[in-house]
Amino acid sequence: MSVRNLPVEELVARALEGNRRAVGRLLTLVERGGTDADEIADLAHQQARGAHIVGITGAPGAGKSTLTGQLTRLLPEMGVAPAVLAVDPSSPLTGGAILGDRIRMDNIAGEGTFIRSVATRGHAGGLALSVPGCVRVFDAAGFDPVIIETVGVGQVEVDVVAAADTTVVVVNPGWGDAVQANKAGLLEVADIFVINKADRPGASDTRRDLELMLDLSHVSGLEDDSGYRPPILMTTATDGEGVAAVWDSVLAHREHLTSSGQLSTRQAARLRYEITNRVEAQLHVEASAAIDRADLSEALSPIKLAAQITDRLLRD
Amino acid sequence: MPDPSTSSPKIRVVLAKLGLDGHDRGIKVVARILRDAGMEVIYLGLRQTTASIVAAAEQEDADAIGLSMHNAGHLTLAPAMLAALDEAELDIPVIIGGIVPDDDVEVLLVTGVAAVLGPGAPAADVVAAVRDVVVS
Repeated sequence: MSVRNLPVEELVARALEGNRRAVGRLLTLVERGGTDADEIADLAHQQARGAHIVGITGAPGAGKSTLTGQLTRLLPEMGVAPAVLAVDPSSPLTGGAILGDRIRMDNIAGEGTFIRSVATRGHAGGLALSVPGCVRVFDAAGFDPVIIETVGVGQVEVDVVAAADTTVVVVNPGWGDAVQANKAGLLEVADIFVINKADRPGASDTRRDLELMLDLSHVSGLEDDSGYRPPILMTTATDGEGVAAVWDSVLAHREHLTSSGQLSTRQAARLRYEITNRVEAQLHVEASAAIDRADLSEALSPIKLAAQITDRLLRD
Repeated sequence: MPDPSTSSPKIRVVLAKLGLDGHDRGIKVVARILRDAGMEVIYLGLRQTTASIVAAAEQEDADAIGLSMHNAGHLTLAPAMLAALDEAELDIPVIIGGIVPDDDVEVLLVTGVAAVLGPGAPAADVVAAVRDVVVS
């Protein structure tokens, strides 16, 4: 029997034994959603092994895929088999997607690496709705770490923070100035900064701007209570320069999370985030249906009409 | 506008250039055509091997594999690809696109290639070919 047609429990059993075809199939079912996806998430949740989850985020073209690719080369040499979820956007017009992150990883990825391309399928925030479920499958199948590479983000798509234990933000020389560095959003959430393409002019200016931004977190009293300060690393990911230091920093951050007790706080926040997303998605479906059912031509203001529909929805 | 979040199963296609062949204009056009038809296209790029394509197809749980060939290697490379998929017990249809002489099309189809698309194939034919081999 082809793996494609196996029942969910059998697929999970095979995935736990390391069958990669089964892992691939499970990820498809998780992405598709519905009862199969829920059952898989449940089964995988029972088999959770606590893989370290690393989020890699940054603007389009910053070098996220290339950096991730270098990690897929480096980590197997150190005896760990990473799984990668590489997220790219779906077209809002057709729902289609071109998933091109593998191009920068395939030729160098080491033995045992598992790379899966994921389309956002209409979800904003830099990730796909299915990402937590996919991470669960990888974790249950024994991959550690699990690396989530987000879509190219702007300033506010920070979903990855809730999904990952360690968030790596990739920026480039010349990407902004000291004022940019202090705007709210992406830069506030980094556990590790990587200035990639550091062989280009302006790398040290960028480093200075980021250091200053971190100094001001200290002035505002916003820095980590335990004194953790995000390191700023320089890489040239195309030739692997500095990538080993990035991994050392991830391990150091993990150590910090464990010793400060923040790991469990983050994991609890992650569960809450996943639950919130699922509840919201379900409510969204119900709300759309209620709005479809309502008579929108009633002579009420849109504000009153919306309140009425919401009341009815919550009563049912 | 179709809602991308509510989907009938999304068709996922792995596209690759197998072997030493740098002519990638065509496959990039095909990637775009399939994207615009609502499919998810995983593009592997140039100089792939049968092993790298098998690994990607397995990890991506591909519904179909599309290979572009403009170097007259199709009679060697296509059977090698099919054999590699067989060996990995992957039952995924393979579509060949590119420069394939008329006489060779039948040979490829008999070998087990699911469809062959020539130069100038209209977008609708490309989309239909993928849908057909995925369904059957």
